Formats: sequence, C-alpha cells, structure tokens
Amino acid sequence: MASETIALNLVDRGTRPIGDRLHDWVVTVDHKKLGILYILYALLFLVIGGIEATIIRIQLVVPHNHFVSPQVFNRMFTMHGTTMIFFVFMPMLFGFGTYLIPLMIGARDMAFPRLNAFSFWMTAFGGLLLYFSFIGGNGLYGAGNAPDVGWFAYAPLTSRAFSPGHSTDFWTLGLLVSGFGSIGTAVNFIATILCMRCPGMTLGKMPLLAWLNLVMAGMVILAVSPLTAAQIMLSIDRYLGAHFFDSQAGGSAVLWMHFFWIFGHPEVYILVIPAFAFVSEIIPVFSRKPIFGYPVMVAATVCIGFVSFSVWAHHMFTVGMTSYANSFFTITTMVVGVPTGIKIFNWIGTMWGGKIQFRAPMLFCVGFLFQFLTAGLTGIMLSASPFNWQLSNSYFVVAHFHYVLVGAILFTIFGAFYYWFPKITGRMYNETLAKWHFWLFLIGFHLTFDFMHIPGMLGMPRRIYTYEPGRGWEIWNLIVSIGVIFQIAGVLVFVFNLLRSLVKGETAGSDPWDAWTLEWSTSSPPPEYNFAKIPVVKSRRPLWDIKHPEDPDWKYE
Amino acid sequence: MKAARHEKEWGRVVGPVAGILILLAAVLLAASLCSAATGPAVPSIFKPESTPADSIYGLSLLVLAVTGIIFVIVFSLLAYVVTKFRRRASDGPEPPQVYGSNQIEIAWTVIPVLIVLVLFMATARVIHAIQDAREPKGAIEVTAIGHQFWWEFRYPGLGVVTANELHVPVSDPSHPTPTFLKLLSADTDHSFWVPRLAGKTDLIPNRVNKMWIDPHEVGVYVGQCAQYCGMQHAKMLLRVYVDSPEQFEQWIQEEKKPAQSSDAVNEGRRIFETTACINCHTISGTVADGRFGPDLTHLMSRDTIASGAAPNTPENLKTWIQDPEAIKPGSLMPAMKLNDHDLNALTAYLETLR
Amino acid sequence: MSSGAIARPLIKPEWALPSRGRVGMLSLIAAEAAIFTIFVVAYIFYIGKSLSGPMPKDVLELPIFNTVCLLSSSLTIHLAVRALRNAKVGAFGLWWFVTIALGAIFLVGTAREWQRLIFEKGLTISTNLFGTTYYSLVGLHAFHVTAGLIFLAIGMIFTLLGKVKPEHSERAEIFSLYWHFVDAVWVIVFTVVYVVGR
Repeated sequence: MASETIALNLVDRGTRPIGDRLHDWVVTVDHKKLGILYILYALLFLVIGGIEATIIRIQLVVPHNHFVSPQVFNRMFTMHGTTMIFFVFMPMLFGFGTYLIPLMIGARDMAFPRLNAFSFWMTAFGGLLLYFSFIGGNGLYGAGNAPDVGWFAYAPLTSRAFSPGHSTDFWTLGLLVSGFGSIGTAVNFIATILCMRCPGMTLGKMPLLAWLNLVMAGMVILAVSPLTAAQIMLSIDRYLGAHFFDSQAGGSAVLWMHFFWIFGHPEVYILVIPAFAFVSEIIPVFSRKPIFGYPVMVAATVCIGFVSFSVWAHHMFTVGMTSYANSFFTITTMVVGVPTGIKIFNWIGTMWGGKIQFRAPMLFCVGFLFQFLTAGLTGIMLSASPFNWQLSNSYFVVAHFHYVLVGAILFTIFGAFYYWFPKITGRMYNETLAKWHFWLFLIGFHLTFDFMHIPGMLGMPRRIYTYEPGRGWEIWNLIVSIGVIFQIAGVLVFVFNLLRSLVKGETAGSDPWDAWTLEWSTSSPPPEYNFAKIPVVKSRRPLWDIKHPEDPDWKYE
Repeated sequence: MKAARHEKEWGRVVGPVAGILILLAAVLLAASLCSAATGPAVPSIFKPESTPADSIYGLSLLVLAVTGIIFVIVFSLLAYVVTKFRRRASDGPEPPQVYGSNQIEIAWTVIPVLIVLVLFMATARVIHAIQDAREPKGAIEVTAIGHQFWWEFRYPGLGVVTANELHVPVSDPSHPTPTFLKLLSADTDHSFWVPRLAGKTDLIPNRVNKMWIDPHEVGVYVGQCAQYCGMQHAKMLLRVYVDSPEQFEQWIQEEKKPAQSSDAVNEGRRIFETTACINCHTISGTVADGRFGPDLTHLMSRDTIASGAAPNTPENLKTWIQDPEAIKPGSLMPAMKLNDHDLNALTAYLETLR
Repeated sequence: MSSGAIARPLIKPEWALPSRGRVGMLSLIAAEAAIFTIFVVAYIFYIGKSLSGPMPKDVLELPIFNTVCLLSSSLTIHLAVRALRNAKVGAFGLWWFVTIALGAIFLVGTAREWQRLIFEKGLTISTNLFGTTYYSLVGLHAFHVTAGLIFLAIGMIFTLLGKVKPEHSERAEIFSLYWHFVDAVWVIVFTVVYVVGR
C-alpha cells in the first residue's frame, strides 16, 4: 500500500485567534470537521432528549403523580421520540459515516463537499426549528407550545380541528427541513462510495462500514421521501384546506399511517444498519480475526434493506386490516428476522477462535450482541399478529424498541466513540472511566428496559401521563424509573471522559488498536487532505497485508 | 501499552459477570411475570377469560417457547465465546485467520427459515380464527363510538344507550352468547383494549372496525384506550361488566326505561334543562338530547364518572360539574360555574337517575 | 469529469469508477420518484371517494397540446446536449432555448387549465378529495418543471455570456437526466389523472 503515514500535523493548539478558528468550523466543507459537527450536535441533543425522558420517568414513578401536567407530559414524549430519532441518532450515524467513509475508502473527501455542509446545516436548522416550538407554538386546544401529537403524529389528531396553533407545524417543518438534509447526505454517501474508492478497492474489497452505509443511504433515499410527501400533504391539509387526512370529507386516517410507516419502518433499519457497521469493524479488531463471512454479511444487509420495505404495516396490526393483510405482514416481518439473525451468528463466528480483548469498544459491542439478540426476539413476538393485538401500543413495545435503540444502537455508538476517539482527536481516552461508563449504563439499561416489558404485558398502554393504582403496574414503573439514575450516571462519566481525555489524554498514535483498515494508516488526527498519496489496495484489510507480508489477505480472499 | 495488565484482570471477570447479570435479569423477569399476574383487577394478557384472549394466550406460549429456546442457545453460545476466547497472554501470535464457511452459513440460514415457517403457520391459524369468526344467532350487538375522552355504547337491537361501562352477558360455550362490537369514532383514533377479554382493536374515524368477545367468567374487567387520542388519553378508562344472563337481562330492562322523574328534584331538573347541559347530554324522557357527551339517563347505575377518572359519588359529581379540570384536566366538559344552591339541586337531581 | 477532480498520477488506466455527478443525480431522481409515488398512490386511493363536488369526468380535458410540448422538450434537450458534445455551441444554445420555450408553454398551459377549473368549474384544492389530490399531484409536478426551468435559464444565461464550452457537455447531460425524469413523471401523471382516473 502506497500511502505514507507521515503527515504534517496541522492541528494548532491555540495559536490562531478563536474567531478565526470558529469561522473555519462554520464555513467548512471538510468531511472530518462536518462529521465532528454532526456528532457534537447529536451529543447535545442526546442530553436534551435524555432530560425529556427523565421527566417522563419521574412523572410515572408512582400512579397519579403530579410532577408535570398532562400537557407537558404529552409534549415530553413527543419531543423525546422526535429528538432521539431525528436529531440524535440520524446525525450521529451520518456524522460517523461522513468522517470515516472517505478515510476508509482512501479518498480525500466526500463526492460533494458543499452538499455535505448544506446537509449538515439543514439538519441542524431543522432541530433548532423544532425546539423553537417551546417558545413559539401552541399545542392541543391552543394551550401549550411544543408538539404533543406523538412522534408519529397520527391523523386526524394533527388536523387543524384537534391541533390548533402551530405546535404541529413545528414538528412538520422541522422534520421536513432536516429530511432534505438527510437526503442530501444519502446522495453524498452513495456517490462517494460508488465513485471515489481508491484503486484496487472493488466493491468486494471495501470495509463493511462502507457497504452498510451504502445500503443505509439507499434506504434513506427511498424511505425519507415518503415522510416528506406525507408532511407536505399534512401541511396542505392544515393550511390550504385540503382533505388528505380529513375524515369529514372522506379522507383516511389510515392513509397517514401507511405513509408514515413506509418511512417509519425502514427508518429503524436505517438507524440499526450503521450500528451493525460499527460492530463489524470493532469485533474483528478486538478478536484479532477477520469478519466471518464477509460476502454473506453484505448479502444479508442488502436483503434486510429490501425486505424492510415490505413490513411496515406490522405497526398497524390493530387498525382493522383484513386477515390476509395481517398474515402477509406477519410473514414478511418474521422473514426479515432471518438475515438479521445470520449477522449475529457471523459476529459470533468472528469471535470464535479469536483472542478477545475487552477494551471499552469491545465491551459495548458484546453488550450489543446480548441485547440485540433479546430485542430481535421480542420483535419476533410482536410479529405474530394476534400477540401483537395485545402487545402493541403498550409498554411492551416501548421496551422492545428501546432495547433496539438504546441496548443495540446506542451501545454501538458508545463503542464507536471509544474506538475512533483516538483517531479523531489524537488522544487516548481513559480506559477506567470508560469501564465505569459501561457498567453503570449497563445496569441502568437493564433495570429500566428489562422490567419495562412487564407493565405492557399487564395491560399498561403507552403515552399515558398517569396510571391507575391497583393494576399491578406500580412496582415495575418504580424499578424502571430507578434505572434512569444509573443511565444518567453512566452518560455523565462518558461526557467527563471525553472532555478530560481531549485535554489530558495520552497521545494515541496513528494505530493504537493494531487495526487493518485505511483510516489507521493516517496520523491521528488525519491531515486535512487525508492521504499524501492515494493508497492502492489489494485486499479487504490493507494494513494486515502490510503488517503480515508473508501471509497477506489477498492470498485467501 | 499500559492497558495490558489492566486488561488481564478485567478479562477474567467481564464475561462471567455480564452473563450472570443478564441471566439474573431474565430470571427476575420470568419470576415476576408468574407472580405479577394475580388479582382480578390486574389486566394481564396471561389471564385470559374470553376466546380471542385465550387463542392469543395459546399462541403466545408457542412463540415464547420458540424464542425462549433460541435465546438460551444463542445466549449460551455468546457466553461461551466471550469466556473461552478471551486473550490470556499479552503477547502471542494472531489466532488463525478464518474467513468464513459456506456450510455453516447454509445451516444457520435454513434452520431460522424453518422456524419462521412453523411460527407463521401457527400464527396464521389464530389470525383467521379470531378475525373471520362468524357471528352466531345469540350474539349481543354493541356499537362502540370513541370520543375524546369517553366511550359511547349503543345496543341497537335492544334500544339501550350508555357510556364508559359496558355490560355484556357471560357466554356459555354450549350456548354461546358472545358480544360483537362495531367500532366507530366521532373524532380521532382510539383503541379498545381490555386485555383479559381480547386483543385491542382501533376505533378510527370514517372507518368501521369490528371485534368480538365471549367472556367465560362473571366479573369486572378493566382496560383503557390504547391509541393516543389527545390530552386525556390516559384517563379514557374502560370497565366491562360481565353479568350472568339474569343480571344482564335485568340491566337491559332498567336501561331501556326513560329517566325516572320525581317531584323532589324538580328544581334540579329545571336547572339541567335550562342550562347548557342539554347541548351535550341526553336524558331520555326530557328535552335533553345532546350527543357530544355521555348519555346520563342512568348515570347512577355506573360505578365511575368521567370515563373511570373518578368514583361515582355526590362529591365527585359536584367537582366534575364545577371544576372538571381538577379531575381530568383537558377533558371537553366545561366548568359550569353554578352557584352552590344550583349545584346542590342539580346534583340531587342527577342522583335520582338510576 | 468535473474540473475539481483529484490528481491521481499513479492510477492504472483500468481503474475507472462511475462519474459522481451522474450517480448523484440518479440518487436524487430516485428520491424524487419516491415522493411522487406517494402522491400518485394517494391520488389512486382517493379515486371515486369524493363525497361531493365536481368529479374528474365533469371537468377534466385531456391536455394533449401541453403534453406534446413537454415530451418534445425531452427530445430538444437531448439534441442540445448532443450538439454540445460535438462542439456545436451555437446549436446547443438554440436547442436549449427551444427546451425552455416548450417547458414554459407547458407551465402556461397548466396555469390556464387551473384558471378554468377554479373560476369556471369551482374546483379548488379544498373542494373535495379529487381537488385535493389533483392540485397537489399536478402542482408538485409543475413545481419540479419550474425548478427545472430555472436551472435551464441559468444555463441559457451562461451560454449567452459565452461561458459554455464543449467540456461542459457532461454537466449538461447530467442536468438533462433531471429534465427527462420530470417528463417521465408527466407521462405517469397524465395516465393516472386524465386516463385512468376520469
């Protein structure tokens, strides 16, 4: 491989005026800076979304609590869901992709650097617009400000009749704007991955992170657009007197559901596939083996990408579709579990026979494996349509999807933070603090989300600001709320670790993990131009070939 | 690297500890499930008392068994891998680099596909059994209309209209008298969920849904609205009273009668008939025929008011009329702003509506 | 290839990847196709479901002339791009202009149809489900035609200023993909609204 690791470290620590340095960040089109901006933005909203969740759990810790009013509670769960999906996970995952993809494919930037910047600022703006609603909007019955219609904003609750004022419009427009940002990023990912790979890196030789982000980007293109369309329809209903979802004029509330979930279901795969990408990079390195079954991993992901567009109405099993429709969506949902399960087996196969090092990134990935297994199985339970008639819209579903979002995706994000922190900042994080983070968060996660399944099975619906005593729900809600304390503690340790290591961490060097993909061949942090000479690769693990010239990968692939 | 020593001691501990913690959680979960579902007031899906809920329960046992077995197998594999293949020495050559195995891939594709087929076939049977059930001759027909934030129940064949508390007869398997419900909505989406009797079905405006129940045991079954419908979604509670055939017959006869009138409460009745009450409420036998709010003809036959938000006592009635926000903030009942005298008279009148 | 290409002196000649402009534009077209699909699905779903008001067969007339203009503009833009590739900048400018004219005629035609529908037939977006779905679908398409015309106009200005050179033919071609997409959408809209839905 031809690229040199020598690079001028252009990071100056405090020699230029702060105004100039901030200006650099605002006008940047460099994928690395934009990636960091995305990640920091997402981290900020993670904290805000966490505060919203904490308010919810304090209100629900005992029945008939008066911590917040129903108006505030309904705004909290709406904003919590909307924030976490659109302004935490999407930007976080786009951010890591934006930072890593060019480095991993041996390119100097994304295909469209200015589009990259535009997409970030659109996303950022969308979030600010949504949060401006706290000051500027009016909710249900004209009382309130932030949207309170739930993150999926079912019609006709969102119509002018039931949502006067502007709170729903902040939801619609904030997401519309950030949706354009998402599509822009997806276009950029596809063009970059297909058109900018370094010589020798055929599609079959690029890192799994690139493959998985390619599939994810394709899904964004096809899934976010329906949401955009539905939001345009909703806005036309609200402002031009149209009747798309107006039941008085013959409009259909169920049509909104179809349009929303055609977006909504692929969306959750859009979130989980980049998480798979992190795991597929981290587990091999810390097991000291290549990923088991690379072609199958690619095929399974592509399969998931396609099949996930056929399952959406499993969110609508209770809506009164025919038994044939219900059966169809049951089988497709069960089928999508097969390639997903295959991936879990392949990760286990990667670890099998390896020499596993339990550094922080690997700890989080192991947590992911156990938890994603569980989440997938509760998903299979929910796919059985009659079982779903009991479990849907209950705390069982809330527990299931938090198991995926927090137990699987957030855990891998934490893992990715620790894994690539040395590359991005040039400093090593503190391993002890990282382990404290892991264990505190793990305990909190399980306290909250394991026990959350139970009230669902005992009849507790979701989105209720209080509940009746005597139904057997009290003790479980108490435990669930207690778990929040540990999660907060874990996240505080995490943020402290990041900040402290930024200032005081040891120098990391270009390849602290003895890894094998191209980003580890640059300095830490990489120079602005990434590679002095564009690399030429012969296998999936170019650095392995360099480090083991007697036994290179390209002999076996 | 400094981390090497550190990592040895962690490595020994991580796998088993993580495994134990998670197993503990799983065991607790299972134990709590078995113990939690006690008491008649607990609307547990695992204590079904009606055929739809029974079928779902049966299916759920199969699904839980299959997923449980998968969980145990994969969990054990993971726990094994995480303990057996930890790095022991800080140096040493890289382990054998294995790239994949086609046979293994085929095996762990085919087996899940077979599992999916089995699960699907079992599920499809239950879907059809519940959704496509025919309505027998002896069925009771109820039209349920969802409102923000209360339930309207009409028995078209029996000439009865009531609210929030549904009465149905117990159904004897040899001579079934199930209740078939038609589900409509007057405003936004709602969902009828009484876990021990059936899965939930949504009430959607401009759409007719249907469901059925055939309760096996007399008693009261609780539930609530399960589709977010606005501010007071949380207090749109449901009570289903499963009566013996005689009790049900008696209830129907009482409900069919118009409101009782008694001279002792004339003043209260006059207040009711001359204020805005009649715009929203119906009391059959009087001029009040509003449909926006619940039918009050037999208000006193109900155990709760405000769709379960408060017990039906004179004190609560007074509070509900004067200051509904105190009981159910955001409900569509306006504060009537009566003076004390009128309020007492009105309440006395309402108390006679048995 | 666009002029911002990275210098790669060591590349073996056979390492050729697709052009990023083309891939980017095709991805964008896929996203737009998905948006249009949802509007078309809504249109089809609501056929015959209006509770009142004018029905399609009462008020719609086949916009044959408009359609011919728009579809011909696909041909003219293709001719323009071919001319530029063959270094005939003058011919390029001419065909590019004709494309704009045809697109503008289409928009004017749509405007006139809407004027007739609103003021003579009383059909607005809020009249009934047909009005809602018709104006939103045709309107979304017209919006995309308008956006295309703006870009075409910018190209026209650059041509008149003499700044367009044969090496820009790839860019023109990538833009023409967008224009062809807009025309293809019209074929579908026409079929669904004026043929099937009437």
